[in-house]
Amino acid sequence: MSADVFIVTEHLGGSLDDVTFELLGKGRDLATSTGGQLVAVLMGSGAEGLAAELGAADRVLYVDHPALADFNPATHGAALAAVVGERSPQIVLVGNTSMGMDLAAALSVDADLPLIAYATGVEHGADGLTVTSQLYAGKMHVESRPTGGRCIISVMAGSFDGSAGRGGGSPEVESYAAPASIESSRVRFVRLMEPEAGDVDITQSDILVSIGRGIQSEDNIPMAQELADALGGAVSASRPIIDNKWLPKTRQVGKSGVKVKPRLYLALGISGAPEHWEGMKDSQLIIAVNTDPNAPIFDFAHYGVTEDIFEVMPALTARVT
Amino acid sequence: MHIVVPIKLVPDLAEELEVDASGTALDTEWLRYRTNEFDDHALEEALQLREVSGGTVTAIALDAEEADKSLYTAAAKGADRLIKITGAGEKPSSHATARAFADAIAGLDADLVLTGVQAVDDRDGQNAVLIGRYMDIPHVSVVTGVSIQGDTALVHKEYAGGAMGEFEVTLPAVLGIQAARETPRYAPVGKVRRAMRSATIEELASSGTAEAGSSVTRMFRPEKGQGAKMLTGSADAIADQLITIMRDNGVNL
Ligand SMILES: Cc1cc2nc3c(=O)[nH]c(=O)nc-3n(C[C@H](O)[C@H](O)[C@H](O)COP(=O)(O)OP(=O)(O)OC[C@H]3O[C@@H](n4cnc5c(N)ncnc54)[C@H](O)[C@@H]3O)c2cc1C
Ligand SMILES: Nc1ncnc2c1ncn2[C@@H]1O[C@H](COP(=O)(O)O)[C@@H](O)[C@H]1O
Repeated sequence: MSADVFIVTEHLGGSLDDVTFELLGKGRDLATSTGGQLVAVLMGSGAEGLAAELGAADRVLYVDHPALADFNPATHGAALAAVVGERSPQIVLVGNTSMGMDLAAALSVDADLPLIAYATGVEHGADGLTVTSQLYAGKMHVESRPTGGRCIISVMAGSFDGSAGRGGGSPEVESYAAPASIESSRVRFVRLMEPEAGDVDITQSDILVSIGRGIQSEDNIPMAQELADALGGAVSASRPIIDNKWLPKTRQVGKSGVKVKPRLYLALGISGAPEHWEGMKDSQLIIAVNTDPNAPIFDFAHYGVTEDIFEVMPALTARVT
Repeated sequence: MHIVVPIKLVPDLAEELEVDASGTALDTEWLRYRTNEFDDHALEEALQLREVSGGTVTAIALDAEEADKSLYTAAAKGADRLIKITGAGEKPSSHATARAFADAIAGLDADLVLTGVQAVDDRDGQNAVLIGRYMDIPHVSVVTGVSIQGDTALVHKEYAGGAMGEFEVTLPAVLGIQAARETPRYAPVGKVRRAMRSATIEELASSGTAEAGSSVTRMFRPEKGQGAKMLTGSADAIADQLITIMRDNGVNL
């Protein structure tokens, strides 16, 4: 085993995901503590230009292959397993993102390394690694320690400071040959489908009235819309509302939706799951209304109310119309 | 087409969660268990696919509290076959869970394995991907669309901001389902009771095991310290306070 810390970079449509810089920043601290190098694994096809942005790393391991041109769980998984298998880093940091979810658990089996998932904190000291994970939709945190010295950690986006991972020097770029097995993959990338535009752009709204499963029925959505109209804002929502097709996908806030930073985020009947938090944590003023006093949303809202949203919504509307 | 749906039982988050005396696990005394919500989506997608492509849907769960009820509920919704895996131990890790599922499914001649993208308790990784690698069949996670074309599946994987990757996957494969094409159907209690009388749960003994490779040293509730300032009073009094807070924080009303 080496003392190196590997981070798995993530890119889509030619640009690196913010989580990559968070991993670089955190990886820097960890490598200082383990005494190893910070190595960024970059997989792609003709993507070596991205290495210039990975200056916080000591070294970039670049795996170039046509089968890695677009993210593919099988080809990227096999390439990553080959790199990690051969170089034996002590710690591998992966984003707990859509791509990372396909990579981290697979790597754990392929490289026979433990995986600690949903990490929001990672510390390395004289007595080894301690990882804090967010479980039970954010209602509990756990600290875990790997049994051996080595570990894969999948990190919740938004947990670390991304600015610490930007800038830096010009890292050494080492080419790494992709394993031949990826040429005949059982998973083939077909195309990237961009989201449809056209609806309200919630990222442009200063005031968001955001509804969750607490709204109970499609019939109650006009009540939220009335409040949003009265406040001069727009209605956004958590994922279940979109899955139920009560509002278009463009209104979804969170991990697989959009990230918003309004002046006011009014969360109505939203529990505050980590995947939702990722999308709205940077809002300037977060007010949450939820009947469950233990809802995780109260851990990061600025003001909380444990009342029925069907009482609070009309009372607010009446005051601003 | 044989579609297998592994189901995980997880603590119901509507109940209050407490840490037990060891300080490293949930106190199970008052816990209630329910089907992982994403597994409900996986089952729904399996039933929808069966409507289009024909075949059978098998629901499979590890022996645990409420496992029988969860399986009978799957039958009430339309699953053809129910299997319970015994002997996988109490509170197995994600790795142990996936290993038990993978070994059981290997004998079922499955064309497609659909399971939830994640569960609230999978500290050491997600079921779909782990099952895929243990079985050495392809996996795609965070899936919101599936269609079958001969011996391949066309799959939509969701990224941030509503972008999606489309993949063609050679079957057999395992998919981590994020959302079914329709809201998961509901099984009324009467139907579940009828399923309990008419359906049978086959039992399969678990074979291999796997380790998480890590252990929990502490479990705790997130600190409420920097949490929200809680407002109380009648709805009207609260509304008055909220309007003041908004204005004080520069919200233009
Ligand atoms: C890969 C992945 C990506 C995801 N991406 C996203 C994403 O982008 N965005 C997202 O939001 N989620 C996302 N999720 C889902 C996320 O895990 C949660 O399931 C979701 O955020 C829960 O939505 P909710 O808070 O509306 O529902 P719930 O968790 O069911 O919460 C509803 C809340 O309403 C409260 N309530 C009920 N009735 C009332 C009432 N009358 N008055 C007041 N309060 C009431 C309840 O106490 C409860 O806390 C993702 C999940 C995965 C696995
Ligand atoms: N994470 C992974 N995902 C898929 N295949 C992998 C992975 N790691 C290694 N492989 C191997 O890569 C080879 C090609 O896999 P596949 O593309 O699935 O046909 C097989 O031998 C797989 O076992």
